Amino acid sequence: MRKVYHKIIQISGNVITVEADNVAYNELAEVSGSRGTSLAQVIRLQDKKVSLQVFAGARGISTNDEVRFLGEAMKVSASEDLLGRVFNGAGKPRDHRPEINSEPVEIGGPSVNPAKRIIPTKMIRTGIPMIDVFNTLVESQKLPIFSVAGEPYNQLLARIAMQADVDVIILGGMGLKYDDYLYLKNVLDDHGALSRSVLFIHTAADPTVECLLVPDMCLAVAEKYALQNKRVLVLLTDMTNFADAMKEIAITMEQIPSNRGYPGDLYSQLAARYEKAVDFDGAGSITILTVTTMPGDDVTHPIPDNTGYITEGQFYLKGGRIEPFGSLSRLKQQVNGKTREDHRAIMDTMIRFYSDYKETQEKAAMGFQMSSWDKKLMKYGKLFEKEMMDLSVNIPLEEALDMGWKILGECFERTEVGMKSELTEKFWVTK
Amino acid sequence: MAEQIKTGSIAGVNGNMLTVRFDTDVMQNEVAYALIGDSRLKCEVIRVRGNLADLQIFESANGLKVGDKVEFTSALLSVKLGPGLLTQVFDGLQNPLPELAEKSGFFLQRGLYLNPLDDNAEWDFTPIAKVGDKLQAGDHIGSVPEGIFKHYIMLPFSWQGTWEVTEIAPAGKRKASAMTAVVKNEKGETRTATMYQEWPVKVPITCYREKLMPTEPMITQLRIIDTFFPVAKGGTFCTPGPFGAGKTVLQHAMSQNAEADVVIVAACGERAGEVVEILREFPHLKDPRTGQSLMDRSIIICNTSSMPVAAREASVYTAVTLAEYYRQSGLNVLLLADSTSRWAQALREMSGRLEEIPGEEAFPAYLESLIASFYERAGLVELNDGTQGSVTIGGSVSPAGGNFEEPVTQATLKVVGSFLGLSRDRSSARRYPAIQPLESWSKYTSIVDAKKLAGARSTLQRGSEVNQMMKVVGEEGTDIKDFTIYLKSEFLDFVYLQQNSFDDVEMATSASRQRYVFDAVCDVLNGDFTFETKDEACRYFQEVQQLFIDWNYAPYESEQFKKIESDIKAKIGENIKNA
Repeated sequence: MRKVYHKIIQISGNVITVEADNVAYNELAEVSGSRGTSLAQVIRLQDKKVSLQVFAGARGISTNDEVRFLGEAMKVSASEDLLGRVFNGAGKPRDHRPEINSEPVEIGGPSVNPAKRIIPTKMIRTGIPMIDVFNTLVESQKLPIFSVAGEPYNQLLARIAMQADVDVIILGGMGLKYDDYLYLKNVLDDHGALSRSVLFIHTAADPTVECLLVPDMCLAVAEKYALQNKRVLVLLTDMTNFADAMKEIAITMEQIPSNRGYPGDLYSQLAARYEKAVDFDGAGSITILTVTTMPGDDVTHPIPDNTGYITEGQFYLKGGRIEPFGSLSRLKQQVNGKTREDHRAIMDTMIRFYSDYKETQEKAAMGFQMSSWDKKLMKYGKLFEKEMMDLSVNIPLEEALDMGWKILGECFERTEVGMKSELTEKFWVTK
Repeated sequence: MAEQIKTGSIAGVNGNMLTVRFDTDVMQNEVAYALIGDSRLKCEVIRVRGNLADLQIFESANGLKVGDKVEFTSALLSVKLGPGLLTQVFDGLQNPLPELAEKSGFFLQRGLYLNPLDDNAEWDFTPIAKVGDKLQAGDHIGSVPEGIFKHYIMLPFSWQGTWEVTEIAPAGKRKASAMTAVVKNEKGETRTATMYQEWPVKVPITCYREKLMPTEPMITQLRIIDTFFPVAKGGTFCTPGPFGAGKTVLQHAMSQNAEADVVIVAACGERAGEVVEILREFPHLKDPRTGQSLMDRSIIICNTSSMPVAAREASVYTAVTLAEYYRQSGLNVLLLADSTSRWAQALREMSGRLEEIPGEEAFPAYLESLIASFYERAGLVELNDGTQGSVTIGGSVSPAGGNFEEPVTQATLKVVGSFLGLSRDRSSARRYPAIQPLESWSKYTSIVDAKKLAGARSTLQRGSEVNQMMKVVGEEGTDIKDFTIYLKSEFLDFVYLQQNSFDDVEMATSASRQRYVFDAVCDVLNGDFTFETKDEACRYFQEVQQLFIDWNYAPYESEQFKKIESDIKAKIGENIKNA
């Protein structure tokens, strides 16, 4: 029989301290009082003093509330029954259906041995030319969408998820607006994908700290499925809320902040989650796609900055389009040599011209003379933005490459594009 | 009682820091184990206050309780040294990762530590010392062949004083853990040496006569480095840059093509995927000098970002200790650490938990001195037998927000001999390697003529000034002479500074080829061209540029190489006034 403790000696922020014996680091507890029961997790031990972060928040907790230690760390069920279900940030059902307790796995497990990873080789087709052609998404990649508030990042996330060919989709929402949650759920439902999805949703109305568990629960379930040879796509939105919740706890615990109030271990904490993306040697894979909203569109803010050092590239969503310059897929070299022979050439040439177009645009804005070459570039840039960059374009990679040749053909002479002759001979489209 | 195990009990847990109450003696930086169930979790003592010791734990602290037992070992954190280290893949605490995978499967099991070197491995031993010889630490007992190298078996570095050989093993195959020599000192103490020895990672190995000035260049086969910002054998360099600027690609290119005997890659707190690329690709890549697999000259220390943070700090020390060990065999070792910022962050995390007064950006005040003493472990040395060996250290730095003013970059710049700053501007413009030529510097001597180099540098500088000016006044407002200088600097950038690391020929340019091509490039830079219009100038340089780029892709001294060379000569002659 586990002991129940009644004496809470400190309540500060969302952290409470009790005096207790025989408590393990990271163990879970239940705090019950007049305002209901909440889960809490041990985050510091100091002699008899045990500090816990209370997931439902400390508001309304009384010093004589009951604290019951559960003797184990946070676990989540990873059985097949999870498919089609929706849970909240504490792992409880959100869809008024029964709880699932079979096949529990501990969350935040150890990291994968690098010797058991393989180099990823499978492309994920999205139907978005800015991704498929220019920054190809690869199975087992970890990649955030960098964006600012107001951009259609959840729409983009949903679209990629719907078009990606994967076995299971796991959606983790952190501080999600309720209508965004409904939108994402409806998209999954409309495409008949809900039955192969698991949702862990923490909405903006829920207590802030509760979102801390969401990524770990999603990834623990994903890991279990991947080991059963499934290809899993994990969507996490929005990681900035997750980092902010960590900041809140760190400040409450009087940790010395490193940069703009964020704790010194922000990098390690984010990495522990993102590094769960894996292509197992002899089992399935986990691909992680997240949203990181950048406060003030500032890529040097600690969250996007640390994220960029961890992830394998990023999609930079701005003005409703995926920007070719801020975006990067570090793994594209692994796959884009094997799609179609002209893929890399089209990718390099079109980006080079688009970059030239941007320069010309600046020149035009400053009132300098436009040469005939400049005019060609201006025409090209407009076509490129309309036919390639616009997010409403939805065509397979091969069609996108053909479209690339068509645009080049409409704007330039064959000798002007500086591509290998064997390619232009085969693919060039004369207007 | 020396034999009794010293123990203590946990009094507090905070992240990866344990506070332990003890009532015996405790040594700073000694290794201890926290006991949980059947597992023993490795820790290191980092502070002692009264009867409380603060320990950093090299594993996750989950499940530990107040009152749990801790065993102290009285030994500093050490690595095992001996033949067989090459080709291995270790974690930060020298656990062999492939063997761990065999034992524990997909995941890194907490508290599982394996022997880094096989005690039963047999090596072909050749004695060097004779009975009666007087030896000091680091002197040769014998040697074994390890791959293409002669790996010396030395008197352990920690044995102080002079030791007389009383017995020496005969030539032939021997187990690594078997006796190689029996020695005794003046006090009559007798010790038995084997092929293996242990050494604490945070202490430099100094069993050499003296440290020398690094002068000879370490050829990396990257043009911008060898020609413009050279690195010396035994020197140090750093490559700071924002994310996506190509730090890791640059380090990979160096690890493949640098003319070092042994390359040690320390992947410290970075992406696992990048290490996997090395792990899976190196065995299939050929070392151009030996024709053997690249893995045969490499050791990989891999403590990726999701592995325990405290072991990250240990990993760079493990790597540099292995590097120093191979230097003792008279080899030139290149150590590439990616990224030292992650190591500094690990220090910062720990410092925060210790509640030390923070320095700039919350990094601990001793950050600078730790970085300095790490880089100081590099060096060219004269060994006891008069031969030379070197350790060259290259560290990448990941400054927050790409801003070089931050403490880790600044502390590193103070102590390195060469600064290769990567810039986002250059990487966005796809100009790789994205080393910023106007900001980087090197204190070492280049492989090309100093005067010509100065000329090329000034072209770059002036070209950049003209470019700045053109942004204000436009192309039409620029004098054709200035415009030509701008074109020359762009030409130098495109054909020489930039290098494609994904092409088999272009990825590695030998020193002699660099000298040869650089001379030709200088002919263009110093050429006195006359152009009527800017369009003509542009066209002309585009053509010359294309020729040089094709030239770079042609194998050195091949037919194709010679043909393009004559085309280039003709092209240059076409438009030069006094050619």
